[in-house]
Amino acid sequence: MALTRAQVENIAHLARLELQASEIPQFQLNLSRIVDFIGELERADTAGVSPMAHPLPGLAQRLRPDEVTERDEHELYQRNAPQVASGLYLVPKVIE
Amino acid sequence: MIHRQTLTQLAAGLRARKVSSVELVRAFLARIEASQPALNAFISVTAEQALAEAEAADRALAAGRGGALAGVPIGHKDLFCTAGVRTTCGSRMLENFVSPYDATVVARLKAAGAVVLGKLNMDEFAMGSSNETSYFGPVRNPWNTELVPGGSSGGSAAAVAARLLPAATATDTGGSIRQPAAFCGITGIKPTYGRVSRYGMIAFASSLDQGGVLAASAEDAARMLREMAGFDPRDSTSVDAPVPDYLAGLGAPLAGVRIGLVKEFLDKGLDPECERCVREALAVFERLGASLREVSLPSIPLSVPAYYVVAPAECSSNLARYDGVRFGHRCADARDLEDLYKRSRCEGFGAEVKRRIMTGTYVLSAGYYDAYYLKAQRVRRLIAGDFERAFGEVDLLMGPTTPTAAFALGAKTADPITMYLNDIYTISANLAGVPAMSVPCGFAAGLPVGLQIIGPHFAEQRLLHAAHRYQLETDWHLRLPERFA
Repeated sequence: MALTRAQVENIAHLARLELQASEIPQFQLNLSRIVDFIGELERADTAGVSPMAHPLPGLAQRLRPDEVTERDEHELYQRNAPQVASGLYLVPKVIE
Repeated sequence: MIHRQTLTQLAAGLRARKVSSVELVRAFLARIEASQPALNAFISVTAEQALAEAEAADRALAAGRGGALAGVPIGHKDLFCTAGVRTTCGSRMLENFVSPYDATVVARLKAAGAVVLGKLNMDEFAMGSSNETSYFGPVRNPWNTELVPGGSSGGSAAAVAARLLPAATATDTGGSIRQPAAFCGITGIKPTYGRVSRYGMIAFASSLDQGGVLAASAEDAARMLREMAGFDPRDSTSVDAPVPDYLAGLGAPLAGVRIGLVKEFLDKGLDPECERCVREALAVFERLGASLREVSLPSIPLSVPAYYVVAPAECSSNLARYDGVRFGHRCADARDLEDLYKRSRCEGFGAEVKRRIMTGTYVLSAGYYDAYYLKAQRVRRLIAGDFERAFGEVDLLMGPTTPTAAFALGAKTADPITMYLNDIYTISANLAGVPAMSVPCGFAAGLPVGLQIIGPHFAEQRLLHAAHRYQLETDWHLRLPERFA
């Protein structure tokens, strides 16, 4: 199934990726190939088969006690932030 | 020729004080430096820190202390977070990211006394089978530098193959330990899902990712894995089960072990020379008393398409965290928040990562979720069921690790599907969560070939024992590329 340019642009928008106009034809071609390839799954008979989300059978997801175990290390973590002021992450203005 | 010693020999030499950690670290650092222009196996070399750690290890050893790996030099795939050291995941997105904490694997190996020489090159965010998607340039294969080392753990594999290190950590989401192990002529193990903590491993596909080892032999891999494996409360999918001593009983006889040759792995894509090597290896196992039969896993041909739904879907969710706000690359002069997200991500990620994020976004989007994502998860259960049935009949499954030996740089970059099909024999083990190894089993036109050994959940010990027994009979794992011998 060939994806249209508009479909590729929409997927890129949903994924929050700003593709260059010149890159789009290549992504259109490759993604169409990938969609065809994964389309092979259609021919599998999966009637009555339940989806498998976890690779280990019969294991329930473990819960931990609701206790605070982490220390406040925001200064350490914010050393990797592109822009910080007064302990806050800075972003472009969101509310006019 | 200290680099020719195995990790097991080096650890014994250190403990017996025949060699110091500082001597070892200096020798391997010199090899790393000399190899870097040809192989590009490292993204960061932490020489100063390594020498300080080596001095501390030597003091501990002199005092009769020190863990099982005291003073042994190793390296980490640059996907494991290392406190205070740049951790890039092979991406421009994390080019300047200095991890504030250690991954559990890193902490455990540190506690065992291992000395880290640096961070190893890899495909960007572990997405690739040739190490060509790294932002820091491709790694080259030590057997022939015109060829790829495999991926995504290409730096780890090339470094061990060229004996720049006796062993390295690696991760495997669809074959990223086993395929480079095969291409570089070394031993690699991907443990059972949940056996090794994923805490501090930068996430790609959380239901498939598993940390493991690349080493020169099964014995060395066992020695590393023994320190790495085990329950970690900080990884909610870590399995709370005791870890056997993988070294205990190594070399036990193989008499009575039932081996299944996976029929679907002998497909038309398999290079005849690789098939010859695998069949010769199986004959060795038979001579050692194992029985051999062909076993069919009929859903295996669907494993690659199922993987390329599940893995990109999880990738698109996991990589949503890179927003240019809290850490990672940020574009200049963002107009608004959406522009900040979009341009930071587009500048920070390479083409293959973008393809996978977009594939994942597509299969999870409204109207396609059932047709692709749920369908792939149903197929995943069929594949897991195939393994479960097979392990009712046999103890181990074997076959080739890859359809061919290493290919040329650039040979498969034009079409993503051609690249994806490279992992056709390895992906099913990740979907089923079972442990699997690759062991050197011969040469095709002068290039190493890997034998894949797959076991049921938590049978790492069985895999390592079989591989070690095979390595006592053969010397493929001791062959070194001429240039690095």
